[in-house]
Amino acid sequence: MMQDQALVPATTPHVYRSSFLTRASRVLGRVGSHLILLAGAAVFSIPFIWMLSTSMKTDRQIFAWPPIWIPNPLVWANYPAVFDYAPMHKYFLNTMVIATAQVFGAIVTCSLAAYAFSRVRAPGRDAIFTVMISQMMIPGVVTLVPLYILFARLDWIDTFLPLTVPAMLGSPFYIFMLRQFFLTLPMELEEAALIDGASRLRVWWTIILPLSKPAIATVAIFAFMFAWNDFTGPLIFLNGRDKFTLSLGLQAFMFERRTLWSLLMAASTMMILPIMVVFFLAQKYFIQGIALTGLKA
Amino acid sequence: MPEKPPRRHLSLAAREALTCYLFLLPWGIGFLIFVLGPIVASLVLSFMRYDVVTAPRFLGLSNFRELFSTDYRFGMSMGNTAYYVAFYVPLHLIVALGLALLLNQKVRGMPVYRTLFYIPSIVPIVASSILWVWILQPEWGMINSLLAVFGVKGPLWLSSLTWSKPSMIMMALWGSGSAMIICLAGLQGVPQHLYEAAEIDGANRWQRFAHITLPMLSPTLFFMLILGVIGSFQVFTTAYVMTGGGPAESTLFYMLYLYRRAFVFLNMGYAAAMAWILFVIVLALTLVQFRLANRWVYYEAEQR
Repeated sequence: MMQDQALVPATTPHVYRSSFLTRASRVLGRVGSHLILLAGAAVFSIPFIWMLSTSMKTDRQIFAWPPIWIPNPLVWANYPAVFDYAPMHKYFLNTMVIATAQVFGAIVTCSLAAYAFSRVRAPGRDAIFTVMISQMMIPGVVTLVPLYILFARLDWIDTFLPLTVPAMLGSPFYIFMLRQFFLTLPMELEEAALIDGASRLRVWWTIILPLSKPAIATVAIFAFMFAWNDFTGPLIFLNGRDKFTLSLGLQAFMFERRTLWSLLMAASTMMILPIMVVFFLAQKYFIQGIALTGLKA
Repeated sequence: MPEKPPRRHLSLAAREALTCYLFLLPWGIGFLIFVLGPIVASLVLSFMRYDVVTAPRFLGLSNFRELFSTDYRFGMSMGNTAYYVAFYVPLHLIVALGLALLLNQKVRGMPVYRTLFYIPSIVPIVASSILWVWILQPEWGMINSLLAVFGVKGPLWLSSLTWSKPSMIMMALWGSGSAMIICLAGLQGVPQHLYEAAEIDGANRWQRFAHITLPMLSPTLFFMLILGVIGSFQVFTTAYVMTGGGPAESTLFYMLYLYRRAFVFLNMGYAAAMAWILFVIVLALTLVQFRLANRWVYYEAEQR
């Protein structure tokens, strides 16, 4: 079976050269593609430009007609002014604490579970795997009310624990992604280490994890984004303003000062910026990771 | 490196199994305590009245009776949600697939385009909700300002009974980038030789799309469809932030109503009953989709 596949090169270099396509129509087609892509890109990015532009306007410019796209002068002072209404630095810190805990917890527990699901044999393991896959299809709402009651009993309401502890124990989505990736890793290194008497834990730490950087990075980004974006969790489990995350703080700001558009846009920009930085730093890993972890099917 | 001699009292297979269970333990504990337990508790609660402060009281089926007979908001919020799901899920798939096809061409500057299309999907939902309230603002917002340039008077969007739900769907579609990336990964996994063979046989663009791309991509689309239905039935944050359920409860989605019953009115039992009804509906839809899957989802011969 393996030999059959080896006969066909994995990527066949080729050029489309249909006989009826003349050079001219190919150029036209290319220009057409670019036009469509540009139009689409404009539709998808104009809201950001509008946000940035509003965040640096004075009130007069906001309500000007025709609308101003590049405010003059740029009112950078809107950004520090946000802090008079919403302690963004506090919200930022709270969100970071929760996100960091979730990311590291998820990486450790999910990769351990994924390693077990992909390599370590045990009776009933595949049945457990099916249970875990079904867990992905359970709508979160069905556990919401009892979880609130449970956390209230544990006296966890208005602490970060409801947002960190369950997430740190692992999520089926990440476990599945990592398992798919681990299945593609070669067995030889691992077998050699096991024969030399290394424990499974040691193999996981010294062989599997270092080989899985793109997949781990992907999971880390997903977990970070989830924590950064999560609104329902903080809304239900946090009360005190000093515990608020960015999502919750921004929503409260909007609720109280619905008319301060420039400040609201400045605050939104400040919330979006870090996630964009993370995305740009990790972009290479991320795209690679999605392709590698078999998310495609 | 000093190595401990292997312990003798456990067979290799037994040790292996024990390791496996240990590695699965954290997830297992989480699953039992934070998922399975609460699901069962939710079912029990749905037959009770419970307001957190006083002790729960058994009510029998009365929560369900009230939901299905006197509570008009139950049907209405379900209707609003069904509207959202019915339009958003198919449009979401179409937009994601369309963008992925667009971005799968060999054109200069593609990484830039991909990033531009992808970025809206990583914007935190509260931030994008606030941004879109401003974009859709009837007098000074971006869309109506642009429409005014062409002499069109735009609708009231979020303040309009007819446009409030489409506005939210539009905003959600803006974030189709993550689904697009998944589609793109799927597209790039389609073996090129299939296209070459089809081209030699004289298949045109549309035939190649319909007979190669779609079938090869159908597992990806199916996965997105399943998760899309489950996710969009629980639409909540956009409505909570943007409209609070208005105008005239036209965006009172099921989750928003459930949230109010549970955490504003503290009708925990009632909310649990609502949650279980949604659970059963979503489960039924998921099972139906799995049943229908063998009619349109094409799986390559298992390779592993």
